[in-house]
Amino acid sequence: MSIGHTLLGLLESGPRHGYDLKRAFDEKFGHDRPLHYGQVYSTMSRLLKNGLVEVDGIEAGGGPERKRYAITEAGITDVERWLATPEKPEPYLQSTLYTKVVLALLTHRDAADVLDTQRAEHLRSMRILTDRKRRGDLADQLICDHALFHLEADLRWLELTAARLEKLREAVTR
Amino acid sequence: MTAPPGSLLAAENLRKAYGPTTALDGAEFSIHPGEIVAVMGPSGSGKSTLLHCLAGIVPPDSGSITYDGRELSAMNDAQRSALRRSEFGFVFQFGQLVPELTCVENVALPLRLNGTSRKEAERAALAWMERLEVDDLRGKRPGEVSGGQGQRVAVARALVTGPRVLFADEPTGALDSLNGERVMELLTEAARSANAAVVLVTHEARVAAYSDREIVVRDGKSRDMERIV
Repeated sequence: MSIGHTLLGLLESGPRHGYDLKRAFDEKFGHDRPLHYGQVYSTMSRLLKNGLVEVDGIEAGGGPERKRYAITEAGITDVERWLATPEKPEPYLQSTLYTKVVLALLTHRDAADVLDTQRAEHLRSMRILTDRKRRGDLADQLICDHALFHLEADLRWLELTAARLEKLREAVTR
Repeated sequence: MTAPPGSLLAAENLRKAYGPTTALDGAEFSIHPGEIVAVMGPSGSGKSTLLHCLAGIVPPDSGSITYDGRELSAMNDAQRSALRRSEFGFVFQFGQLVPELTCVENVALPLRLNGTSRKEAERAALAWMERLEVDDLRGKRPGEVSGGQGQRVAVARALVTGPRVLFADEPTGALDSLNGERVMELLTEAARSANAAVVLVTHEARVAAYSDREIVVRDGKSRDMERIV
């Protein structure tokens, strides 16, 4: 997730102080990983340097947490562009698993075991997400659904690969 | 090997062939009271045969199935039927509701067949329909309700007799994601509140994720996924 774009987006509804931004971020997006104050201030100073935000006022008492930030026109354009650009799908998991399966076959280990172990781990995660979804609000449900669909796609790949292990063995040990 | 201690329903070394085709080839299974176990596997792997054997619908060629300490093969047909009527509940992919009866009559049917009065049976049926959030469909016939609603009526019917084991064979197989999810939420909630164990046959991981653990059936052999990690 791009923290910079997310903080910028939060600023679109009106100027906020750094601590206020952190609180809004954590509440909406930080279920698993709340932001550190340091992350907020380093991100804000980068956005400031790039002209995407400006300082809208400083409260008495000084210190970075007293600065109030406002988004600039350039900032709004940046958020717009970010929202309109699709995220790159991440195929890294499959390639790691594929490497493991092929290595297992090449070294005459039980490749089906590699797949089943991963499968059990995936389902364990899916159970946790399903439970969280059941207890959560709509935002939780949508976030969990996204993760669940991805895990399900991985699982389908694991199943298909399990069904094709013999063919794969022939292909890689030829 | 004997049934795992504390298990309600357990199967050991089950073998079943249909002519030259081996459906089960040494499958094992066990479930504890109130537990939800998913049976997964590709189509043709033997998972439905396993369910039919466990429920006493189809006898295995060999192996043992014990329910609450009693050997299923030692019972006669009448005893097995009585067990299915009083201790087991069933939900299939297509609700298999009786089209001529209203929804509440469908849910009340198992109680009526057991000799409960109409009034008493329908009162109990409505209580279950409320839990499955389909009580407003009481007077409708199955043809007048949606697939998801029909499945929830079928779940209410399966639980109305207070079974100790609910067998669910692809209960969301004919539903879209959203309706399937709602059926699974209500089914698992209702089963847990009634402390009914659920044998959940599914090929969908998202459905299996509602279970406590899963076994995978491949080529008639079962694998308990709890034991591999």
